[in-house]
Amino acid sequence: MSATGYNFAYLDPQTKRMIRRALLKAVAIPGYQVPFGSREMPLPYGWGTGGIQVTASVLGRDDVLKVIDQGSDDTVNAVNIRRFFARTADVATTDRTAEATVIQTRHRIPEAPLAEGQIMVYQVPEPEPMRRLEPREAVTRTLHALADYGFMHVKLYEDIARYGHIATTYDYPVMVNGRYLMSPSPIPKFDNPKLHRSPALQLFGAGREKRVYAVPPYTRVESLDFEDHPFSVQRWDEPCALCGADDSFLDEVVLDDAGGRMFVCSDSEYCASRQHAGHTGPAHRAQRGSLAAARAGEVGIEQGKPVPASNDTASARLGRGPASS
Amino acid sequence: MQANDRLLTPLLRVSGLTRHYGARIGCADVGFELWPGEVLAVVGESGSGKSTLLKLLSTRLAADAGRIEYALLGRGLTELSRLSEAERRWLLRTDWGFVEQNPRDGLRMNVSAGANVGERLMATGARHYGEIRAAAQDWMARVELDPARIDEAPSRFSGGMQQRLQIARNLVTKPRLVLMDEPTAGLDVSVQARLLDLLRELVTSFGLAAVIVTHDLAVARLLAHRLLVMQGGRVVETGLTDQVLDDPQHPYTQLLVSSVLHL
Repeated sequence: MSATGYNFAYLDPQTKRMIRRALLKAVAIPGYQVPFGSREMPLPYGWGTGGIQVTASVLGRDDVLKVIDQGSDDTVNAVNIRRFFARTADVATTDRTAEATVIQTRHRIPEAPLAEGQIMVYQVPEPEPMRRLEPREAVTRTLHALADYGFMHVKLYEDIARYGHIATTYDYPVMVNGRYLMSPSPIPKFDNPKLHRSPALQLFGAGREKRVYAVPPYTRVESLDFEDHPFSVQRWDEPCALCGADDSFLDEVVLDDAGGRMFVCSDSEYCASRQHAGHTGPAHRAQRGSLAAARAGEVGIEQGKPVPASNDTASARLGRGPASS
Repeated sequence: MQANDRLLTPLLRVSGLTRHYGARIGCADVGFELWPGEVLAVVGESGSGKSTLLKLLSTRLAADAGRIEYALLGRGLTELSRLSEAERRWLLRTDWGFVEQNPRDGLRMNVSAGANVGERLMATGARHYGEIRAAAQDWMARVELDPARIDEAPSRFSGGMQQRLQIARNLVTKPRLVLMDEPTAGLDVSVQARLLDLLRELVTSFGLAAVIVTHDLAVARLLAHRLLVMQGGRVVETGLTDQVLDDPQHPYTQLLVSSVLHL
């Protein structure tokens, strides 16, 4: 990329080789955290420095990149990372899950099923699933080495004893290939079943913690649970207000200060493509254009008033859930 | 078969156990045998090497010399240093128990009493919440804690109750050997008496073998079958509890016995 003065996809070739070597090891040992020499990137820790380095290392000239943040293609983090690679690698970018070959994501897995040949890249703030229970790195590494994970169930037990159900709703720990305990990154537990035997290659990068790990295609990924309290995902009482989907992860959007709210797909591309295909939700059927306007600017179905929809959905969810990492 | 095994081999055999702290002696050339269902008390003043011995036995500290052999189920006497770390950890949380002097060291203070008692079960593969909870309640009742307080944090329990909770947490996997480090120290006298009563009952009803480190000869008299008197890291006298306490031979043991206050 002589035009920009940068190497292809920003990172220098030696760094990419180093990260690829770490990724190969990660793929060979599913769920195992491989240390790597994380580089300084032109964005702050916590904004996806791990994911962006992994993407830079696996991206080729023919790849089509999709970047999502909290399910949306149009939030600040997603827009900037997509533009970063469009400028430094000159790759094609897309909103459409089915067309993408590399998908970098924060906090979600797309609703549309993934396919063989696709690569998911997750941004991971804390790769160690046991960190909150055990702060010492030397101890957690020993526990991984000995597959000594009994005390993870202590936390689940404590949840049930306190709340009557397992209250962990995101970053829900999973067992990979029956061997390594893994943090799936802060995706909602709704997305955990999509990790299981996924045809796509799934790569996880933690920039600040300097770790990469991976789930190769068609690998067993099981969420921890008890026999009498099996793992279950979130459910909503109503379908998406815009597209009527009853099988997707919904964000709650507050509409006014009088208790008005609606639930819409967190995956904006999924929602928009369903609407293009003619699906409608309760908001359309009720002919309440002003409600739909809250998401209209983002999903582009009708020209509504300019409302900062995507940021609202993100903060609404963060405000509701437990403290986000 | 089981009965024969119990008659033929000791549960624990220790020989020549030595640990130096630099030039100083932690403990030197300690040896004894412990048989199933037997309670051995290790007595001596502070700094005599009692706690070092217990740390060596529990493999928390590596010995400079000597052997610790344990009769593993189905494998017979096996030297602990030959076990892999995974096997040793498994042994420590299934067939062994360790009761700390300070219950706050042996308990997880930030999770409920039930989770504390259930932790060993979960670590050994129990995955049924209802059963884990039932076992925890059962064990709380056995150590005379109110099972209704299963969801309370240990920090809301008194010192004596915390110590009983720690005992329940250790016994839930029905270990055959329990190591105790001054289990009654720091408790007031009436609580001590109840705890000793409880320990004596548990030891007899489960046929537990135990090594109890204590500086309190009364505890030794009540609980132990045999006594090991240590001074300066070495064993100076050993024998049946009553024999040693009623007719001490070594000058240090004589001093120790005569130092006990009588009311």
